[in-house]
Amino acid sequence: MSLLEVSNISKSFGGIVALNACSISVEQGSITGLIGPNGSGKTTLFNVITGYERTDAGEIRFKGKPITGLPPDKVFRAGIGRTFQLTRIFPRLTVLENMHVAVQRHGTTSLLSRWSSSHEQRRALELLDFVGITQLKDMPAGNLSYGQRKLLEFAFILIAEPQMILLDEPAGGINPAMIERLAGYIRILNSRGLTFLIVEHNMEFVMSLCKHVMVMHRGTKIAEGEPEAVRSNPAVLDAYLGE
Amino acid sequence: MGPVIEGIILGVLTGGVYALMSSGLTLLFGVMDIINIGQGILVILGAYLSYVLEQHLHIDLFPGLLITMPVMFFLGWLISFVFRPIKRDRMMLSVLVTFGIALIIEGVLNLIFTANIVSLQAWYITASIPLPGFSPPFYLPYIYVFGFALAVVLLAGLYILVYRTDFGRSLRASMQNRTAAELVGIDVEGISSITFGIGVALAAAGGMAFGATNGFDANSAYDLISRLLAIIVFGGMGSLSGALIASVSMLVIEDVVAQIWDPHWATLVFFVLLVIILVLRPQGLLGKVEGRKQ
Amino acid sequence: MRIFKVVALLALLAFAIAFPLLFPNGEVTSIAFFTLLFAAMVTAWNVLAGYAGYLSLGHIVFFGIGAYALALICKHWNVPAGYGIFLLVPVSGLIAALIAIPTGWVALRVRRHTFIVITIALFFIGQLLAENMTSVTNGTTGLDLPFPGSWGGQFFNIPFYYAILILLLIAIAVSWWVRHSKYGLGLLAIRDDEDRALGLGVKTEISKLSAFVIAALIIGMAGAIWAYFIGAVYPASAFDPTFDITMALMGFLGGIGTIAGPILGALLLEPFHQYLAADYPDLYLVLYGALLVLVLLLLPRGILPTLQDYWRKYQAQRQRIRIDNDVVISSLPEQDEPAKIKTEGINL
Repeated sequence: MSLLEVSNISKSFGGIVALNACSISVEQGSITGLIGPNGSGKTTLFNVITGYERTDAGEIRFKGKPITGLPPDKVFRAGIGRTFQLTRIFPRLTVLENMHVAVQRHGTTSLLSRWSSSHEQRRALELLDFVGITQLKDMPAGNLSYGQRKLLEFAFILIAEPQMILLDEPAGGINPAMIERLAGYIRILNSRGLTFLIVEHNMEFVMSLCKHVMVMHRGTKIAEGEPEAVRSNPAVLDAYLGE
Repeated sequence: MGPVIEGIILGVLTGGVYALMSSGLTLLFGVMDIINIGQGILVILGAYLSYVLEQHLHIDLFPGLLITMPVMFFLGWLISFVFRPIKRDRMMLSVLVTFGIALIIEGVLNLIFTANIVSLQAWYITASIPLPGFSPPFYLPYIYVFGFALAVVLLAGLYILVYRTDFGRSLRASMQNRTAAELVGIDVEGISSITFGIGVALAAAGGMAFGATNGFDANSAYDLISRLLAIIVFGGMGSLSGALIASVSMLVIEDVVAQIWDPHWATLVFFVLLVIILVLRPQGLLGKVEGRKQ
Repeated sequence: MRIFKVVALLALLAFAIAFPLLFPNGEVTSIAFFTLLFAAMVTAWNVLAGYAGYLSLGHIVFFGIGAYALALICKHWNVPAGYGIFLLVPVSGLIAALIAIPTGWVALRVRRHTFIVITIALFFIGQLLAENMTSVTNGTTGLDLPFPGSWGGQFFNIPFYYAILILLLIAIAVSWWVRHSKYGLGLLAIRDDEDRALGLGVKTEISKLSAFVIAALIIGMAGAIWAYFIGAVYPASAFDPTFDITMALMGFLGGIGTIAGPILGALLLEPFHQYLAADYPDLYLVLYGALLVLVLLLLPRGILPTLQDYWRKYQAQRQRIRIDNDVVISSLPEQDEPAKIKTEGINL
């Protein structure tokens, strides 16, 4: 079943066409890769899906319901979390406080309550434990190393219990041991039902993790299929090597 | 119809002078990400300098600019050094720093000149041309025309500098992408300092024109800076053409309103325009949208 | 450690309550009044500027609005002088808060520098309106407030002192509550990365606006109390740009983003302000401006956070010394072997 359906999305910035009638769909429960040369529109697509950019045309459906044009907070609450290429965490808040920003509360009276109930604290600590950075919980997040920030970003997305996570170059800028570690987390979470859409340049990472890969070029999808098939697809090779 | 035309004429002429004062402000924002709250008091300082030259050395206002402008350029250039140690991500503090500098200058001016209102004197301030076709007759003091001509000349010079010289190209590169400019070897800090100097030199010129058409003291700076800020927001922060269009249009509207309704409320209209632009188009006429960060 | 803190705070509170009785001199209580006035205002301003990171350099406009609101109410309802007027202070504050709603909505449509500029413009609009709406505000002639003649001599300052003390305590309570609530966490997240906060479900629009209005409410009440104290309001005095800068400077000096920082800033600067501003206003401007520049360049985070940093570093140093040589302090994940991944207890 298709969890996320993007249909004919177009987006231009001034004269530059970033997305050109792009259509993709992501199966529920899958780990899907999204690759393509620089400038192919991958990050723009992420931005449009998550509401950071408005689309000029086209439709996006999540769990069957349209989410086109929704602002980022509504997209998040609909169940889609995302990370950023250059990790975006809250540097002046502690690691634990970072976790709690994403915790959803309902009703206005809840706003007046303390920023973390004991139940929420427990959950936050669980997740920090899962990614192995519990010992840093009281440290200002700005003091974390790049790898630690990636883990934190990963963890606080999870606290809101999303159904789908968009990862923007998760393997970028970290060492192989850490990459393996992240891949491990992704596999475990996926086995528990979480769907992933991953933009990556690291081919090994994509090939080993993703069962299904889509290739973008010049704002549109040019190929998709199993990693091996895509890898040897002449159109894909052209896109990467050409121009 | 007569009053409206009068308003338009006055608005255009004074708008030119305001464009002079606000272009330095918007340029500085574009390059250094600094909002120089001190621009108002610097204009007044320029006015006082012209006053001193005229009163004590009997140097006429326009030739006097040959002295005041370089002096003020140097002052602006010096002041820019205060901002060098501020780290990139703390640039917002620079607004308060400029406020602090403005207070210092205001205090010094008050100490020297006290709170007496002064104005600049010259034959072309009191002498005026009668414009044809108006009844009651409309006498336009020469200073308005000369001031406008000054503004046109200086702004044309600025335009050439920014769009037709190497310096200008480096300046525009720094405005668009500071890091990239540094990477290609542009001395962004040096350019910033020079830009600061240019902005203050233009303020000196504007100050002379302002002081010749208004009585002033150090306190006039508050009203002045609030107008200049409104202009650059309306035009779009960082946009030179925006500052120009905003200056002229806002002044025209204000002066027309002053003619047909009430001068007091005209000032308010000035700010109402600001509110309107914020509601309809927050980035200003020609400003860039502060888009969602990717 | 906590007990020590609580006791110290209670002692401080007791001292503040007893202050006018210990130092009944009119000049002293007057300075104390202004100190507490600014402490309350800066504490409130800090909710928007320090927590949410939106530096409003125009919130003093609400001070003026509160001041004029009280003056107008007293005039139109012929309110007699006396303690009763203090009950109208919250009303004046509420009026300021109501005006803050649409004002804040417009101002918060922009960010960063533009926001700062807009707030400055709003301040001047307020001053202009006070000058020009002469039918309502009496223009530059100003308005008078009822004068409680029965509060003679040294006693005069006392009710005002306690009124402003109460307001300060309210401001501190609000600041403390915001800081420790989910709402406050949202504001701090907005300060660090507003779009990221939005993307994580924080309701940024309403959070920012409410911070704006809360600050306006308290600053408005401060303006009302001040107006009653001074006895008259004029456009230039109720909308005084130097009050504005003073607030910002106190906030930055003490440390914005903390609860006690604003109060520290007020305690340090206001007595100095009162002594100099009356007799040497120009020298005061020069020194003030210079102080502002120095503080921003040398101590950008303010006294309190800088001290907190030193304290933290000192403590970290001591811990490091205590631990034996062969134990690594913080294990960085990258240096670990691929860590054992815990799977129990994770509910997704």
